[in-house]
Amino acid sequence: MSTTTPLITADLVAVDLAATERTDVTRRLIELLVAAGRVTDGDGFAADVAAREAQMATGMPGGIGLPHARSEHVVVPSLAVGKLAQGVDWGAPDGPARLVFLIAAPASGDADHLQILAALARRLVHESFRTSLLEAPDAATVAEIVTREVVPS
Amino acid sequence: MKLVAVSSCPTGIAHTYMAAEALEQAGKAAGHEVHVETQGAAGSTPLDPALIAAADGVIYAADLEVKDKQRFAGKPFVDVGVKKAVHDAPGVIAAAVAAVEAGVPAGAGETPAAAPAAAGPRAADRNAGAGTNVRKWLMTGVSYMIPFVAAGGILIALSFMLAQVAWGGAEGAIEVTGVDQAQVVAAFDPLSLQHWAVVLLATGQLAFGFLVPVLSGFIAYAIADRPGLVPGFLGGAAAGFVGAGFLGGLVTGFLAGGVALWISRWNVPKGVRGIMPVVVIPLLSSAVVGVVMLVLIGRPIAAAMDGLTGWLDGLSGSSVVLLGVLLGAMMGFDLGGPVNKVAYTFAVTGLATQGLASDATQYRIMAAVMAAGMVAPLAMALATTVRKRLFTHAEQENGKAAWLLGASFISEGAIPFAAADPWRVIVSSVVGSSVTGALVMASGSTLVAPHGGVWVLPLIGNPLGFLAAVVVGTLVTAAVVVLLKTLAHDPVVSAERAAEEQRDPALVAPSA
Repeated sequence: MSTTTPLITADLVAVDLAATERTDVTRRLIELLVAAGRVTDGDGFAADVAAREAQMATGMPGGIGLPHARSEHVVVPSLAVGKLAQGVDWGAPDGPARLVFLIAAPASGDADHLQILAALARRLVHESFRTSLLEAPDAATVAEIVTREVVPS
Repeated sequence: MKLVAVSSCPTGIAHTYMAAEALEQAGKAAGHEVHVETQGAAGSTPLDPALIAAADGVIYAADLEVKDKQRFAGKPFVDVGVKKAVHDAPGVIAAAVAAVEAGVPAGAGETPAAAPAAAGPRAADRNAGAGTNVRKWLMTGVSYMIPFVAAGGILIALSFMLAQVAWGGAEGAIEVTGVDQAQVVAAFDPLSLQHWAVVLLATGQLAFGFLVPVLSGFIAYAIADRPGLVPGFLGGAAAGFVGAGFLGGLVTGFLAGGVALWISRWNVPKGVRGIMPVVVIPLLSSAVVGVVMLVLIGRPIAAAMDGLTGWLDGLSGSSVVLLGVLLGAMMGFDLGGPVNKVAYTFAVTGLATQGLASDATQYRIMAAVMAAGMVAPLAMALATTVRKRLFTHAEQENGKAAWLLGASFISEGAIPFAAADPWRVIVSSVVGSSVTGALVMASGSTLVAPHGGVWVLPLIGNPLGFLAAVVVGTLVTAAVVVLLKTLAHDPVVSAERAAEEQRDPALVAPSA
């Protein structure tokens, strides 16, 4: 696929996701990626994400879970976002995650794609970005905010 | 305050960049300038060397081994791991500021593995043992010197090789050094292989001219930062001027660094403060180092060299094997320094004697001296090959070039090892070189050329005996240095090993 494929679209966003386990949340987000044709093998990708998560939990400050992996099962760099109805422990010292970003990167991503993911990681540090996503009313708004804000520097 | 940082993580797409952004933001909030090099999957743009030079301290927020870490040598640092930078960037910035204010480059003995758990600046960073700091200063000087050794040594060896062709035989390696270099340069003929050989040799010798100044200059730099550079380089040049060799350079490096650091801490009136770094510190510290070297150290060295030469001349009648042991030991002692020079000059002077028989003692002495001079670099090359873990990465790289340098009788190939760890390397070098010196004398090998290493093998009488002596001495020195280094705990080497082990899990992870 070309580099013009957006990182995220409204159908990759799950609002009011009800789940109590990290693996459960990740599973649901992976289903979205598989349904959109961005991940070929959901189980394979889940295993890659779990392996990365086992190395070091990806809970980030500010109620963020950031599971991610570079995997051969990924077709195009993608971001799936879950807004959780209830916080789920993601291993961050400052509390459970309310927003989960699942980053799917191809094993051999080109530099442009990786730059976008780098820019996303940088944006996540900013509270204003996180707040605007938490307060976004629907999936389309979440996708729109990410697309607008995440531009490689 | 100006800080530079390096961030990295196993996958290279999330933590690396979050840590970078968090550090930059936290730095900005605390009024510090922070520049981060993200060593992530999107490729990393190296920090501008000017930024590194201007930085007061370094933050390693890296879970992988930092690429080109030697760029940051000598600066105070904190090593916190990437996770801590993501979760508590303000704390990391505060720790870095504290490390800078403590003023001492942090200890290398701490393993990065222990770092992420630490809450603040690690106490050990600031209380690093004196021995650890001395090793780090030495290693800074050595790491800057190694490329000069490799470049200069290989150019000289190439010149010897080319000279064989240009002059048509082993005599080429001798001829090439007898040519007036200025004349060749003035009338350079691009079609003359001989001229090319001379130019390569001259270039290599110029590079070698920097060995001791660079060693001394960057030891002083590691101690005193930029104010140390001028007195350090000057001290190294002065050590060369009085023939004090690399041991003299070690002395001037520490002296220059100490003096520059001391002066830079003077409490001076405001009006003078502005000209301290540009005028006052370089001026005063250079004067001190220059006078000490030329006046206080230069004369005793010259007197000692005269004394040694006279003593050697007096030994001419005694056992040739004993003479081989002595000359070998001297060759291996300071690798181009005054003691080495006395032994070498003694041998070369003997060659000039008229009407010698082909098996004259003078020729046997020359063979012993050259063989002994080849031992140290060959042994270090061997030791770095068979026991990598005992050497720093820089030393391992230098070990590869040392094969060629040793084979070409360029003893300088071993200087980086000896400068980094003087007593262990010098002891092992002296032992092996004296064994070689004795064996050559006993074997009756002779040599009519003053240098050239294996390139003048056809000019050596009983070349097999000569080579066997070199091999035995090399094995002895390598064995001794491996033994001594195994018994010792080297903080710099252990830190590098710990960093590698830290990195291993990342290498086997599927997503990395």
